[in-house]
Amino acid sequence: MIENVDLSLVDWSRAQFALTAMYHWIFVPLTLGLSFIIAITETIYVRTDRPEWKRLTRFWMTLFGINFAIGVATGIILEFEFGTNWSNYSWFVGDIFGAPLAIEGILAFFLESTFVAVMFFGWNKVSKKFHLASTWLVAIGANLSALWILVANAWMQNPVGMTFNPETARNEMTDFWAVLFNPVAVEKFLHTITSGFLLASVFVLGISCWFLLKNREVWLAKRSILVAGIFGLLSVLSVVFTGDSSARTLAELQPVKFAAFEGNYDGKHNAGLTVVGVLKDTGEKLGNKKINDFLFRIEIPGFLSVMTKGDRDAYVPGLKDLIYGTPDDPEIMPVTVKMERGKLAKDILDDYKRARMMNDREQVQNIMQFMRSERFIEENFRYFGYAFLNSPEDVIPDVRIAFYTFHLMVLLGFMFILIFVLALFFLFNDSLMKNRWFLRIAVVTIPLAYIASESGWVLAEMGRQPWIIQDLMPVTVAATKISPGSVITTFILFAALFTVLLVAEVSIMIRQIKSGPIH
Amino acid sequence: MTLLISHLFLQHYWWIIISLLAGLLAFLMFVQGGQSLICTLPRNELQKTIIINAMGRKWEFTFTTLVTFGGAFFASFPLFYATSFGGAYWVWITILFSFIIQAIAYEYRSKPANVLGKKTFDTFLFINGSLGPFLIGVAVATFFTGSLFSLNYLNQVTWATPWHGLEALTDGRNVALGITVFFLARTNGLLYIINSVEDSEITGKSVKKLVMNSISFLVFFLFFIISIIVSPGFAVDSLTGSVSLENFKYLHNFLQMPLVLILFLAGVVLVLYGLGTTLFKGSRKGIWFTGPGTVLTVFALFLIAGFNATAFYPSLYDLKSSLTIRNASSSLFTLKTMMYVSFIIPFVAGYIWYAWSAINKRKITEDELKGEGHVY
Repeated sequence: MIENVDLSLVDWSRAQFALTAMYHWIFVPLTLGLSFIIAITETIYVRTDRPEWKRLTRFWMTLFGINFAIGVATGIILEFEFGTNWSNYSWFVGDIFGAPLAIEGILAFFLESTFVAVMFFGWNKVSKKFHLASTWLVAIGANLSALWILVANAWMQNPVGMTFNPETARNEMTDFWAVLFNPVAVEKFLHTITSGFLLASVFVLGISCWFLLKNREVWLAKRSILVAGIFGLLSVLSVVFTGDSSARTLAELQPVKFAAFEGNYDGKHNAGLTVVGVLKDTGEKLGNKKINDFLFRIEIPGFLSVMTKGDRDAYVPGLKDLIYGTPDDPEIMPVTVKMERGKLAKDILDDYKRARMMNDREQVQNIMQFMRSERFIEENFRYFGYAFLNSPEDVIPDVRIAFYTFHLMVLLGFMFILIFVLALFFLFNDSLMKNRWFLRIAVVTIPLAYIASESGWVLAEMGRQPWIIQDLMPVTVAATKISPGSVITTFILFAALFTVLLVAEVSIMIRQIKSGPIH
Repeated sequence: MTLLISHLFLQHYWWIIISLLAGLLAFLMFVQGGQSLICTLPRNELQKTIIINAMGRKWEFTFTTLVTFGGAFFASFPLFYATSFGGAYWVWITILFSFIIQAIAYEYRSKPANVLGKKTFDTFLFINGSLGPFLIGVAVATFFTGSLFSLNYLNQVTWATPWHGLEALTDGRNVALGITVFFLARTNGLLYIINSVEDSEITGKSVKKLVMNSISFLVFFLFFIISIIVSPGFAVDSLTGSVSLENFKYLHNFLQMPLVLILFLAGVVLVLYGLGTTLFKGSRKGIWFTGPGTVLTVFALFLIAGFNATAFYPSLYDLKSSLTIRNASSSLFTLKTMMYVSFIIPFVAGYIWYAWSAINKRKITEDELKGEGHVY
């Protein structure tokens, strides 16, 4: 598909996209969650007509505004980087992937950007109810925009609702609803937005606790803790629930990723779930990939089998099984077989293109008919991406990154449950001020929420390597053919700019928080 | 045959949507135009704050329109998205760069502890205001003048020069459209300030500046229009799909699509009327004419670039790689699905209008800014 793939170009293109995505994701979850927290507090203000609630709302709204702008700025780059750095991908799947992006713009971005102006500048210009409606619409718009980009991302993890058209050499959408209600999309959307709610709740809780530590704005802080505590607790429970169902779906649709984040090389019956563990290099290799083992591990026996198949004795395949096949699970197809099937699909596509160029109409018709057959699609095209792999072990992602990001995210998730329960307990017990240790912990928890949130995306994206589209397209053939020097230059420019802007954002935030709400 | 006709209809339908978005984007770049004036228009810091706040309350519309323009292109003509963004890398990256620094500049410029200082953020606004419209103009001009790329049998792009889009700056017609869009943005920016700011000194100075900016705009606009009308255009053979050069192609397009010519002329007349009524009658409502005029003119220009069997993204390097609305579009199914989504656009336009009116019903003054909790 691409002659002389330049890995340094692919790596730099990946690095640039990862840089942009990770910076973007520093700001987006706070926008997703804080928009709803503001909407809730403003609703209380409108219902009670108490000016303290307006003051509280405006304080969090100021922080929302600072964060919102930089989220928007980094977001525009992501959209266009699909074209600038992944143009082969953009054509291969643009017929499917572009639609959610366009819908995102038409349905969500305009809603968000129109009413955010009313939210910030409309206090003295529109009625209370119109203003409140605007605030809710901003929250809905922000979360709707997350829906569409996550639908697009989910399609890359589990391509559905399309067919390959040899004439145009691309995938074309055949079922919009299958794309929208892709099981990965539904779980990803719920898991991602609730993780945003969770992060924003931790943020509000932590800052409110800081005010209590300083014995300032006590009324505002306690009311904020009440809202963030309830909202955060509901969110984190939802995160755990959707995370659990996501893992089950992953085990079925992306078993290699699932095995990687469990650090599971050898399949077994009655497989245990690792709660905490430290990996060590065994010195052995699978192809050119190092094999890791556990230096230390705490596991729940049998739980992985129960979690994935609902049966304690069920067989959970490891990475070796998924690559080489295993008699314990004959349904697993070895990667070498997938590579042969993918290569056949690619050869047939090449034959088709050759026949087209030679204007051999009969041959074109015959191949076209074959390529549209159920058999070709099921047995060959679904493994199309394997044609570009050099060895079966290429399908293994970085196990260490997948393992640590997954476990870090899960452990922090459970810690947040405890934080919210304690916050509400101390609040209702009226003992928050006495438990200063908790106030301090709540403050230092803020960065942990960001780490958990970023870990989730690192796992999702690094864990599915080498695929840009699961089984259909590896990243090596998706990148734009451009000099690596150009991408390195833009990477450095973006890294420098984003870092400076992040420093400015954090500095402004800290100053605004220290200044407190307007009197 | 029915399938072909409906696909063709949808390809035209989506080119109309893209053209409309382009027109709206050109108008909404009055925000950039206003930003490019912040060094010369205000006499003091207060006036600068007033002007920046006038623009700042609308920056997100421009930004969102740009994002939607990109998203709609990706969805409806993905081959253009892949070819142009991947190929003309440096032009698009520079445009994006200028928009990143705009988004945060408004929010951060007047905030304490902003690290870079107000001047830096104001410089960001100036850079975006100047470079953004200019480069978007240059990029759009290549729809008429062509680019240097080829596509292989899998539609993967190879750019023929290491400049990756910056070579467009060597064609005077591209530069002319870039300058045209720059001065158009400034002209609309001045008209918007005249309309929405209640400060006699700012208004008076804006009217004076309007003279030079609108004349500059008109000169470069005429140069560009005449140059593309007399240049050969990129015609597509409807049966074979092959692309060839045709003398006076864009003039032919105007003449063969009289409705488009009428829209174009109506747009130009509206722009001229808006300018005339402001400059000669002292009206403050010029923007209400130049705005729709800008939308109509750009809309018509996009239609002559893509309709009437014309390659809308021609390749000078390899004519057969040129993109047309037929070979670059999404599938029938996707375009149809997207068409249903597009039916919501009037509703979106309706609530934007309503919210815009609600915010703009009071003119921006020093007192009005003091009453606002959120000041840029």
